[in-house]
Amino acid sequence: MKRIDRVFKALADPSRRQLLDRLHAQRGLTLGELCEHLEMTRQAVAQHLGVLEEANLVTTVWRGREKLHYLNPVPIHEIYHRWIRKFEHKRLGALRDLKIRLEGDIDE
Amino acid sequence: MSKAQFMYVTYIAAKPERIWTAITDPEFTRQYWDAENVSDWKAGSRWEHWRTEGQRQLAMVGKVVESAPPTRLVITWAPPADEANPAKHSRVTFDIAAIGDMTRLTVTHDELEPGSSMLHGISEGWPRVLSSLKSFLETGRALRTWAGR
Repeated sequence: MKRIDRVFKALADPSRRQLLDRLHAQRGLTLGELCEHLEMTRQAVAQHLGVLEEANLVTTVWRGREKLHYLNPVPIHEIYHRWIRKFEHKRLGALRDLKIRLEGDIDE
Repeated sequence: MSKAQFMYVTYIAAKPERIWTAITDPEFTRQYWDAENVSDWKAGSRWEHWRTEGQRQLAMVGKVVESAPPTRLVITWAPPADEANPAKHSRVTFDIAAIGDMTRLTVTHDELEPGSSMLHGISEGWPRVLSSLKSFLETGRALRTWAGR
């Protein structure tokens, strides 16, 4: 699978996007900390993290015996450049603003 | 690791030596970063980050903490106004590792003050710089690094 395909595949799952959101809100979480407040088994979280790491969307560092997880936004930035900016970013931004004003938050 | 930390990773189809040069040679950085990183890159030396987009302006200063070409560079990072105040200095580490025919570049920015404007700025800034660097080394074309800022 190509690198960019791995990124899209990883982003296609709502649980994995939820994990990325958690790592965006708080950096350097352990597996245990990531499992808190999530309705997923530890094993499921570990598997999702594996897919995110494969896609280079999550990077890890060991601190003693703890493995800390960090969001790596670089591949998302590359998607932005390749697939979004090229397609009239300004007008899309205006549409997004309108949608937010009409519908409220569109994070989902 | 009490202060906020960011890690950015990208894989680039280039040799570690080229990536080292791309970070430390102002002729190079100007082309994809719109900035010049100026130093002799010896441990203990001062380094300067000059913004070259528009009017040339000194944007960041710091010290070279560790320098092991072409695999590891650690520098401190502060706006010129905070140069005399070490408590306001953050730290940037570049780790460069060959993996097969690719090179993994990891940028770690830590010792950042929580809630600081620097924290906000870099969370936007590094992904742009690294995407542009990758594009520049692999295709010869930089991205318009700061467009849309």
